[in-house]
Amino acid sequence: MAIVYQKSKGLTDKELHYCPGCTHGIAHKLVAETLEELGVIGTTVGVAPVGCSVFAYDYFSCDMHEAAHGRAPAVATGIKRVSPPGTTVFTYQGDGDLAAIGTAEIVHAAMRGEKFTTIFINNAIYGMTGGQMAPTTLVGQKATTCPLGRSKEHYGSPIRMCELLSTIDGCVYAERVCVTDIPNLNNAKKAIKKAFELQQKNAGFTFVEILAACPTNWGKTPIKSVEWLKENMIPYYPLGVYKDTAEVK
Amino acid sequence: MAGKVTFCQDRCKGCELCVSVCPKGIIAIDQDVTNRKGYHPATVKEMDKCIGCASCAKICPDSIITVERL
Repeated sequence: MAIVYQKSKGLTDKELHYCPGCTHGIAHKLVAETLEELGVIGTTVGVAPVGCSVFAYDYFSCDMHEAAHGRAPAVATGIKRVSPPGTTVFTYQGDGDLAAIGTAEIVHAAMRGEKFTTIFINNAIYGMTGGQMAPTTLVGQKATTCPLGRSKEHYGSPIRMCELLSTIDGCVYAERVCVTDIPNLNNAKKAIKKAFELQQKNAGFTFVEILAACPTNWGKTPIKSVEWLKENMIPYYPLGVYKDTAEVK
Repeated sequence: MAGKVTFCQDRCKGCELCVSVCPKGIIAIDQDVTNRKGYHPATVKEMDKCIGCASCAKICPDSIITVERL
């Protein structure tokens, strides 16, 4: 019998600390598999965020760097600019990191057209700190800081990062995907691979948003979380390619 | 038997995502086993029905599943 699927070499042997059913692990392996398939594990530097995925530096087998909360794009900018040509650089950030405290960094990195890839995990809540409302929390969604559900009147509508960044010239590729089932997971893999390939061509800033589930803080089982994501998140955060100007360049 | 899956059960967290995507419906949570993490791990009871599609392995967040095919 031949092995058709096994753990990617882009991941270390360390056990993931994530809760059962957390989709961070799926996003990790898609990135790791992409790095492995492109043969760039040895020449890649990833930047880990603050949040649940703060220990990402222990899980990827490429070089990793930790950044202050939200500042991964700034750190990645520095790494990309001083590293030898051909070095692959990516940031891996959650919604509390990227869409709240790090909004300035991600917007300006995109504006400057920094040639790295950002993997954005959007689970509509702050995970590590205990389920507080994030800028991406849906209207009506309950969180510890909005126990009756997010009110649009008080907190506005959730921010859509893919749409926002796609308006910036320096961003050449922005796509939103999810990893709830095998077809979507395959699409997510293609999007991540495309982003990394465009980076290798020095096309500009590339961005992949992955809608993710947080069963613990959503208070649901992993299976119910996937269903909730499909029913509630995808209508507000539609999947698809928001920008792909690489061919034009 | 076209396929064979192996679970590293010590690392399984029993999230059941693999159960939800198996096209043959042959993956189940083994209620008789408790692993060192304290979870009931996933297992395949009827391996002869496995087609080796690797859906379970692809969606496993903890990458504990290895799939072989004839």
